[in-house]
Amino acid sequence: MSSEHGHHELSFWRKYVFSTDHKTIGIQYLITSFLFLLVGFSMMMLMRYQLAVPAPGDDFDPEKLGLLRSTLAAVFGENNMPYGFMAPEFYNQLGAMHGTIMIFLGVVPLGVAAFGNFVLPLQIGADDMAFPRLNMASYWVYFVGGVVMMSSFLAPGGAAQSGWTSYAPLSVVAPPGQTIWLIAMIIIIASSLLGSVNFIVTTLNMRAKGMNFGRMPVFCWAQLVTAVLLLLAFPVLQAGAMLQLLDRVADTSFYIPKDMFYGGAVFPRAGGGSPLLWQHLFWFLAHPEVYVLLLPPMGIVAEIIATNTRKPLFGYKELVGSLVLIGALSFVVWAHHMFVSGMRTSLANLFVTTTMTISVPSVAILTCLLLSLRGGQIRYNTPMLFAIAFLPMFGIGGLTGLPLGYAPTDLYLHDTYYVIGHFHYVVAPGSLIALMGGTYYWFPKMFGRRMNESLGKIHFWGTVTAMNFVFFPMLIQGMWGMQRRLADPTLQWHNLPVQGWSMVIGWAALVLLLFQIPFIWNFFYSIWNGEEVGENPWEATTLEWACPSPPPHGNFTSPPEVYRGPYEYSVPGHSSDFWPQDEAA
Amino acid sequence: MNSDGGYTIGMPPVASTYGSDIDALMLLLHVVMVAMFVIWGVYLAYCLVQYRARDGEKATYHQAGEKASFIPDGVILAFEIWLILAFGIPMWAELKQETPPADESLEIVMVAEQFAWNFQYAGPDGKFGRRDPKLVSSSNPMGIDDDDPASRDDVTTVNNLYVPIDKPFILRMTSKDVIHDFQVTNFRNKQDILPGMMTTLWFEPNKVGKYEIGCAQLCGLGHTKMVGNVFVKSQEEYDEWFKEELEYKLSYYGAEDGSNNS
Repeated sequence: MSSEHGHHELSFWRKYVFSTDHKTIGIQYLITSFLFLLVGFSMMMLMRYQLAVPAPGDDFDPEKLGLLRSTLAAVFGENNMPYGFMAPEFYNQLGAMHGTIMIFLGVVPLGVAAFGNFVLPLQIGADDMAFPRLNMASYWVYFVGGVVMMSSFLAPGGAAQSGWTSYAPLSVVAPPGQTIWLIAMIIIIASSLLGSVNFIVTTLNMRAKGMNFGRMPVFCWAQLVTAVLLLLAFPVLQAGAMLQLLDRVADTSFYIPKDMFYGGAVFPRAGGGSPLLWQHLFWFLAHPEVYVLLLPPMGIVAEIIATNTRKPLFGYKELVGSLVLIGALSFVVWAHHMFVSGMRTSLANLFVTTTMTISVPSVAILTCLLLSLRGGQIRYNTPMLFAIAFLPMFGIGGLTGLPLGYAPTDLYLHDTYYVIGHFHYVVAPGSLIALMGGTYYWFPKMFGRRMNESLGKIHFWGTVTAMNFVFFPMLIQGMWGMQRRLADPTLQWHNLPVQGWSMVIGWAALVLLLFQIPFIWNFFYSIWNGEEVGENPWEATTLEWACPSPPPHGNFTSPPEVYRGPYEYSVPGHSSDFWPQDEAA
Repeated sequence: MNSDGGYTIGMPPVASTYGSDIDALMLLLHVVMVAMFVIWGVYLAYCLVQYRARDGEKATYHQAGEKASFIPDGVILAFEIWLILAFGIPMWAELKQETPPADESLEIVMVAEQFAWNFQYAGPDGKFGRRDPKLVSSSNPMGIDDDDPASRDDVTTVNNLYVPIDKPFILRMTSKDVIHDFQVTNFRNKQDILPGMMTTLWFEPNKVGKYEIGCAQLCGLGHTKMVGNVFVKSQEEYDEWFKEELEYKLSYYGAEDGSNNS
């Protein structure tokens, strides 16, 4: 029908399933990664129930299980949840899979692949990604990786259970689920690599006329730096995972040291390997990975703040410079996860120093975003609430990193709940909050309709409040010395004084889950029934708002040309308070 | 305030010499963190109220202070450099890179396994008996070679570590199987224990009592249950305990060994 651009009508499969259109792929990633976040969250709900009520009380009667416990026992089986209480091996599986799913199948695909795919080409004025088929392959490889990862629960002995970090040699001797975990990781990493080369080439080569680097929105910069991190860091873990896979299936010994004793005898092929090698390879990826989780959300926050303060961002160059500096420094801080690992002790001083250094550009970014509010005309819509909440929440996450990155205090806090509280503040009320804000912000562009503001505000206040009741008590428990990854902390009497907080966390997690219902409803209801909007509902300046909502195949009706920087709001003498990048003077 | 008069923030009572130094640093860091958060949060709240959208007003286009915005970065960098140079490097050296002189401290070998802590005391000869993984059995979890003369007066315990007060003890640690981590919260230090290599951890307990050892590195399905106790005793009580253990050990091997090898 629509043959004006020489396109013919695509079949349903080509249009919605095996699409090469960056917008469709972005939305596919968006929905899939939100689903994985829900799956990972549900696993955590089970674990939180276990941690709140870890063991039967004195009045426990196996004949009279409550509805909840008998349901859990029936659904998950007597091996995994006898009498509705969690077996430690099942707890370890859920713990490892929660981390893996949230990071590799949830937040990274959401921040990088969903928003990167949908927004980046629009913001630089491109008609699609540089390699559309590679882009489609990236999504489907990710999808397969996710299915393989989930299938590991069906393996004998269950899913991976050595933590999301999969430290050798525990992981090498773990049940077969670990093999599936490794295969899935190799697939997921392949998907990320396909995505990252595409992002880099697109950003470098497909910018519209006039879109030089100094006019590129902060979000695009964040995506570019992130793509470089993925490209350089992920292959290291992929190689490491292959070696671990060989250790498991091909009788090699990359991570198995001399004299290792296991299962009542000296382990047959023990010798020549090093458990520390895995940790170095793993963290060489996993620290840049933290910034992969963080930089795209920071970019989103910058966009939302600029639009809703109606003024230019404070310190554009400082922001961009800090993003690049963080990216570079993130490659030289990995061993701050390993202060007590047994690595050569003198290395710690080097990594303390680099870790302290990387806090400086992070502070600079927060300072710039905060000062951007000054002198603004702040509009409090739902995306803006999420963007503002990111600032203090990420602030807590960043600040609590200080005693962990600083070796003397890390000696006490390492591997306690303080660490869990810290990185969840960075990723959940930090990154995830920003990503939710991004969803409200770009939803009108994706579907031509707006999400409901009242439901959005209910979602916002419920989520942010509940998250603080989930994560702040973890800092308190960690300060008391409660270790992470304990299926039943009450078996250790030193944990008992802070056990009560687990009840608070459990209830708060349930409230957090309930407050996602308005979000899910709002999202799907608004796709078809939301208030219809034009191409620029927020009166923003960047290029994605210069094409129709939703943009057609090929995006722009005519190739856009860029005349000015990305945040020309409230320019003196200009008639309106925003001056789009593509508007000729 | 803890019972020693030192300040802690929600940490269990400290029971080792350098523990109070860690606590002081922990307090310092958190005071600075809270101060930064509060200053920053107050300014954020001010901005949110002061710069809310008002009808007919336009936002500021030209904003000064780009250079001034580097001041917080500089202050934080200076503070962190001071932290590293004044405390970080020297404390790290004291706690992790050096151990107290051997003649003033008690050295103990520890072999961790799924899911227990095995301790070996050298005995009066000051020498640890040879260990060999091939000799490991359920009655000899550490694989100590009984034919080695140095092992005759060694005392071993499982999950219970006995140490005298006010004397440093140095743990020479290794693992039989997977990675474990020795944590006693009251001592304020921890260390991973790996198969195939030795790691070291030292404490000087300064309070008599019973403290819990927990494993802090996921080591399998019994990770939660991998607990033990440290009994800090007076020197006399410790000597008494050791004498009894040694007598029991020697009686077990029969009279032909004599009282000890020295």
